Amino acid sequence: MSLLEVSNIEAFYGDFKALYGVDLSLEQGECLGLVGSNGAGKSTLMRVIAGAHEGRVAGTVAFDGAPLPQGQPHLVVSRGVVLIPEGRKLFRSLSVQENLQLAAEVGRKGHWTLERVYDLFPILRDFADRPSTALSGGQQQMVAIGRGLLSNPSLLLCDELSLGLAPIIIKDIYESLKEVARQGTSLLVVEQDVEAAKRVSDHLVCMRSGRVVLTGTPDSLSPKDITAAYFGMETT
Amino acid sequence: MNTLLDILLQGTLLGGLYAISAIGLSLVFGVMRLVNLAHGDLMIAAVYVAIAFSFGATEASPITLILVAAAFAPFGYVMQRVLLNRVLDSDPLRPLLVTFGLSVVLQNLFLLVFSADTQRLRIDALSEAVVPVGSLSFGALDVLIFAVAVGLAGGLQYVFFGSKLGRRLRAASDDVATLGLIGLNPRHIFAIASAIAFVVIAIAGILLALRNNIDPFTGPSRLLVAFEAVIIGGLGSFWGTMLGALLIGIAQVTAGTIDPGWQSIGGHVVFLLVLAFRPQGLMPRISE
Repeated sequence: MSLLEVSNIEAFYGDFKALYGVDLSLEQGECLGLVGSNGAGKSTLMRVIAGAHEGRVAGTVAFDGAPLPQGQPHLVVSRGVVLIPEGRKLFRSLSVQENLQLAAEVGRKGHWTLERVYDLFPILRDFADRPSTALSGGQQQMVAIGRGLLSNPSLLLCDELSLGLAPIIIKDIYESLKEVARQGTSLLVVEQDVEAAKRVSDHLVCMRSGRVVLTGTPDSLSPKDITAAYFGMETT
Repeated sequence: MNTLLDILLQGTLLGGLYAISAIGLSLVFGVMRLVNLAHGDLMIAAVYVAIAFSFGATEASPITLILVAAAFAPFGYVMQRVLLNRVLDSDPLRPLLVTFGLSVVLQNLFLLVFSADTQRLRIDALSEAVVPVGSLSFGALDVLIFAVAVGLAGGLQYVFFGSKLGRRLRAASDDVATLGLIGLNPRHIFAIASAIAFVVIAIAGILLALRNNIDPFTGPSRLLVAFEAVIIGGLGSFWGTMLGALLIGIAQVTAGTIDPGWQSIGGHVVFLLVLAFRPQGLMPRISE
């Protein structure tokens, strides 16, 4: 039995259909990379899995053998599935430490503690009392990841962690994800940057126009296959 | 000189009364962006409940008044979970319509059950006591009301900025959609905010009725002053709300000294001036 089973998911924004019968599965301890261009439906799928999509959803999302509820993301978190949303979404009137503490107080107990998050991202310890909005984009992303980890998830959903960040920062962020994976947390990573996704993933899934169009291991998929699936065109 | 000092102190004490009702509104508006048009009527509801549970006694029992205020906490929680949470979405018109409807229903219910006669709560020992300050003297009730206002503003400011609950309430104020993603139920957090606000609302109503006469239609005028105090103070700061209420109180007493007919206008003029020259308020903690 897979840790996560996404079956025939359809999702809507009003009358607009964003996902068309998406199927996906993820094993315990696996890192699955989800790539695709803007509008492919990656973030919508992540929000559906996290129970946070506000429109209509059809199909089922099962985690650890039991369905996840829709429209109640706090219950999904209590089951061990945590989304780091696109754009970080830090609480701006809270300091860095308060953002982290909030998740630690509410979340499940486990390996990740405030101290361990500070060990993973030492720079955050120096900025603990600063407003979260006073940090650089990369540092804010570290807070967002740390906040997600403090819920001690079994499955961490990472939505476009590299968005708006410098390449050197992206490299550091993905290095930290490898440490997260080593602690046994499964990962589902959405990326537009295919190379970044390939470096961290055991399996790769490509989406286009709300459908899964390609799956495979990073080694088994050629750049030509991925380009064709990503852009929906034949390559020569 | 004494007249000026007297105006300032009387205005400050009057502002204390306004501050208590404004603090409840500030809490609800700050956390949920909910403009509760029934705010003033809920204040009056607490008074009528206290009158009903006084069972015809000429004086209100302080224990009854405290119990009524405490009972407004579960009332607020349930009201939020059952009614107000259902209309909080991207359309600001829905909560306005629902709370306006609630206001109309409450006013007519008061009229039906308690008649249009003016009523008040009496604790004679409190009403008649005087606190001398130098050559001036102030009613003990006014001083008590001001002390309660300072206590509530300071207490809530501490809760908001120095406690776990405060962190959750500020996070809800920042981004309610993300609250669920860290495992908090926004509906529960909103209901807790309402429970606290309803206790403050009940305290405001009870203290108002200990000082002034009320009738079934007193509520809306109280809402107006409370709303002005919140806007003058700026969103997200209870000390700001307190400052706004004090300015309204001082402006009203000043205008009333010049001409008794100008009293209410004095407060509105201050409100309009702040709105024109500093629309974010005097001490904002929330930037939108």
